[in-house]
Amino acid sequence: MKIHYLLRSILFSFLAFTALMHTANASIETYPFETAQQEKDYNVLIDELRCLVCQNQNLADSNAELAQDLRKQVHTMLVTEKKDKDSVVKFMVERYGDFVLYNPPVKSQTLLLWAGPFIFLLLGIWFLMRIVKQSNSIQPTKNENAEHSASKSE
Amino acid sequence: MNKQMIPLAIFSALVIFLAIGLTLDPKEVPSPLIGKPAANFKLQKLYSDEAFSPNELRGEPWILNIWASWCVSCRQEHTLLVDLAKEHPVTIVGLNYKDTPSEAKAWLQELGNPYQVTVQDPNGQAGIDWGVYGVPETFVMDREGIIRYKFTGPLTKKRIKETLLPLLSELKDNKIQVK
Amino acid sequence: MIPEIGHFSLILGLAFAFVLATVPLFGNRHKHTALMQLAVPAAVGQFVFLAISFGCLLYSFTVDDFSVKYVADNSNTQLPMIFKVSATWGAHEGSLLLWAWILTGWALAVSLFSKTLPLSLQSKMLSVLGMVTIGFILFILLTSNPFERLLEIPQEGRSLNPLLQDIGLAIHPPVLYMGYVGMAVTFAFAIAVLIEGKFEMAWARWAKTWAIVAWAFLTLGISLGSWWAYYELGWGGWWFWDPVENASLLPWIIATALIHSLSITASRGSFQSWTLLLAILAFSLSLLGVFLVRSGVITSVHAFATDPTRGIYILVFLVVVVGASLSLYASHAHKVTQRKAFSLVSKDTLLLLNNVILVTMMATVLLGTLYPLILDALGVAKLSVGAPYFNSVMLPLTVPLALLMGLGFVTHWREDSSKRLLNRLWLPAVASLLVAFLVPLLLLPDVSGLAILGLLMSSWIAFTALIWLLKENSTGLVKPNMQKFGSALAHIGFAVTLTGITITSIYSIEKDVRLEPGQSYQINEYQFKFIGVQQKQVDNYLASEGHIKVFVDDKLLTELYPQKRTYMSQVMPMTEAGIDAELSRDLFVALGEKLDETAWSVRIQYKPFIRWIWLGSILMAVGGVLTLFQRRRKDKPENVNVTEVNA
Repeated sequence: MKIHYLLRSILFSFLAFTALMHTANASIETYPFETAQQEKDYNVLIDELRCLVCQNQNLADSNAELAQDLRKQVHTMLVTEKKDKDSVVKFMVERYGDFVLYNPPVKSQTLLLWAGPFIFLLLGIWFLMRIVKQSNSIQPTKNENAEHSASKSE
Repeated sequence: MNKQMIPLAIFSALVIFLAIGLTLDPKEVPSPLIGKPAANFKLQKLYSDEAFSPNELRGEPWILNIWASWCVSCRQEHTLLVDLAKEHPVTIVGLNYKDTPSEAKAWLQELGNPYQVTVQDPNGQAGIDWGVYGVPETFVMDREGIIRYKFTGPLTKKRIKETLLPLLSELKDNKIQVK
Repeated sequence: MIPEIGHFSLILGLAFAFVLATVPLFGNRHKHTALMQLAVPAAVGQFVFLAISFGCLLYSFTVDDFSVKYVADNSNTQLPMIFKVSATWGAHEGSLLLWAWILTGWALAVSLFSKTLPLSLQSKMLSVLGMVTIGFILFILLTSNPFERLLEIPQEGRSLNPLLQDIGLAIHPPVLYMGYVGMAVTFAFAIAVLIEGKFEMAWARWAKTWAIVAWAFLTLGISLGSWWAYYELGWGGWWFWDPVENASLLPWIIATALIHSLSITASRGSFQSWTLLLAILAFSLSLLGVFLVRSGVITSVHAFATDPTRGIYILVFLVVVVGASLSLYASHAHKVTQRKAFSLVSKDTLLLLNNVILVTMMATVLLGTLYPLILDALGVAKLSVGAPYFNSVMLPLTVPLALLMGLGFVTHWREDSSKRLLNRLWLPAVASLLVAFLVPLLLLPDVSGLAILGLLMSSWIAFTALIWLLKENSTGLVKPNMQKFGSALAHIGFAVTLTGITITSIYSIEKDVRLEPGQSYQINEYQFKFIGVQQKQVDNYLASEGHIKVFVDDKLLTELYPQKRTYMSQVMPMTEAGIDAELSRDLFVALGEKLDETAWSVRIQYKPFIRWIWLGSILMAVGGVLTLFQRRRKDKPENVNVTEVNA
């Protein structure tokens, strides 16, 4: 366990160091686009692609050199090579894995992720319906009936 | 009574995951290129005007080490690489990542040169094809040019002894088959 | 000397916390009144010594005492005084001390303002708070001591991260912690009630007050963070679904559910066990947040630098506190709970449905935040879950929530008829539809389905709230019922935030352009003219300051001065955006880099209605607090026994 932590801290410091060393340049690039669709695709892609050397940032928000390189790569693929959005995603995933996608792909490992909210909601509503059914069968007491009429008459 | 134990059960499961989480590194990115053919590149050598392609190294296992003169942790592993090159007959190719030739040469002059070949990747383009996201990184390829292992971060004595050397001997004897 | 006093006070505070945690409980056991009453002075004691401790740390910062490691790591002589003060809570150790002090503050408040509760309940509550305080003080003393000294005193400190040298970031942690920590009160209440074995309706009213105050702080704290991120980070974003942000949202969502659940328990005397579970859950999520932010299991720009020892401690603490409370819940909850009759169409059902949706939202955010960790732990895969996921799944959940909000206002407790509801609601429904379709058509650049949906939800909430306030308010507008007014305001605040989110998400425009001095760029009716860039030296940084003139119809509207600052202690330049803020829109300009001799890259953004997001949260917090100012109904003596709780 101890060695693992040591390795982790070395790894972290090398990543942090590489990130810090090359943030001198700003990340506001003025890339030209041939069509509005290209520009739209570019903006969506740099939002959804992860900067791997950063502390949880997408390519759009990061000053790191790797992020600048990857933004350039995205632009080149979209505009110069006239590739579509999916090809760029495929390119990145081939080299960096699913980790590079902030929009998790729908595959067997992410079924629970994407279906989860829906399942939670259904479970909740099912529980609720049971409770409502039960409550319908509870006989209200005399006091409660008086209360209820009093509040209704307002 | 049973229903009211559900929150406790869910919490227990959660805690187990969190505990395991303490032993993991959330930033480590496993490479999807393992088991795939190494990306080819044609980069200029550092010490001559020729270009070099990894395809030239078919037929024997080899190592690609990504390094740069501006990288602090590269210094840590470099002495180990120099020793490795002396003690074991394995081809180590150095890829000088996002650097300048003069600084790269000065660095190797100072710390020693374990590389049979050193190539330059000044804009990081080849690096992207190898899924490089930090420096240093080290790749191990088999006889057919398939990537077999990736070390992220600097090599250590332990990593070399426990992972790298056994892997190299297995590849030399062609024990691992391509799936 | 002072740091030692600070350290020693902390230990004294621990002693008082220990007394608080044990003596009143002992007194409870043996029905010993004096021992139970000891809770109050013990609470005062721990507060006073934590205050002294925190004061000592604060003092060390103000006098640049670099012999204290924490001060040397986070401050330096060039820092403006206000940031020396806020540096006190700018990193892990100091922020924890603040956490602990605020915790004792809440305990003190409870000890002073719980006279209406029976002594046995009060003393149990304070003991629980004492136990939690012990956990935090021990954590500080054992792993995160801010008073650690350096043997070699440096001449100059390392300084504070420039991102933190900002007034918004100075206020955000204390306000946020007030909310985060405040959840401990309802938590302690829940534990005390479970041990007590009964849950009176009047107690639910008491607890609701504390839930609302903590919730209001949390609302403001989260909002401050969002506002700060917007103007400081330079990208015009205001929420990133970052794990640390999510960590603050999770208790907020449950606190909202808790407030509504307490309403049911206070009005109808039912669902006590569900309310108690929510109270336990809210604080558990606060603690989970502490774990996530300080243990290193997740990656975030917000995360404090930590080591694994701290992670283990917090996890153990989490297991003990939450494990014990959930076990207590499992064994005792059935004793205190009651069911009352209600029909399908009733306020009871609607509030429960509200709870279902809110809990689903919480579970969803939790799932998305922890999913990468879970898959990694199982060795299945390494992936990322980010904003695209959360935005996709939260929207479908917000729609029914908005619908329920409107319905919930006008529906009666226990039993109501759908016919009556239809009567009440057709007018706001029609009005909402009109707004939802006409506003995009007439006032916005283009019509988008999502904009219509968003506006429909917001106006539905706003109109139903107003109808409820005007029609159902029996005392009329002359003497407004503060509770109803506050409640309506809080929900309208949510609608305002929702409107801001809708409009800004859909109609924002962002462009990165290359500009020479004298060149302009046009967005909508605004012309941004780039004048040039100057170098400036201010305090502890060097700035490149851009000058942009904004024209509308050739008339000068405003001048913006975005900066790129290089702080003396950092390599990385910081971006300070130039912002012109109006209620209807923000104009946001950030300076990029020098492209050649004279041209610069500039980011220009048009952000409509973005201020509504934070304005809405202020309305929510204010509205919530207003509900606490309830008039005593002196004019209806025969209603003394009837619990007149309205929302």
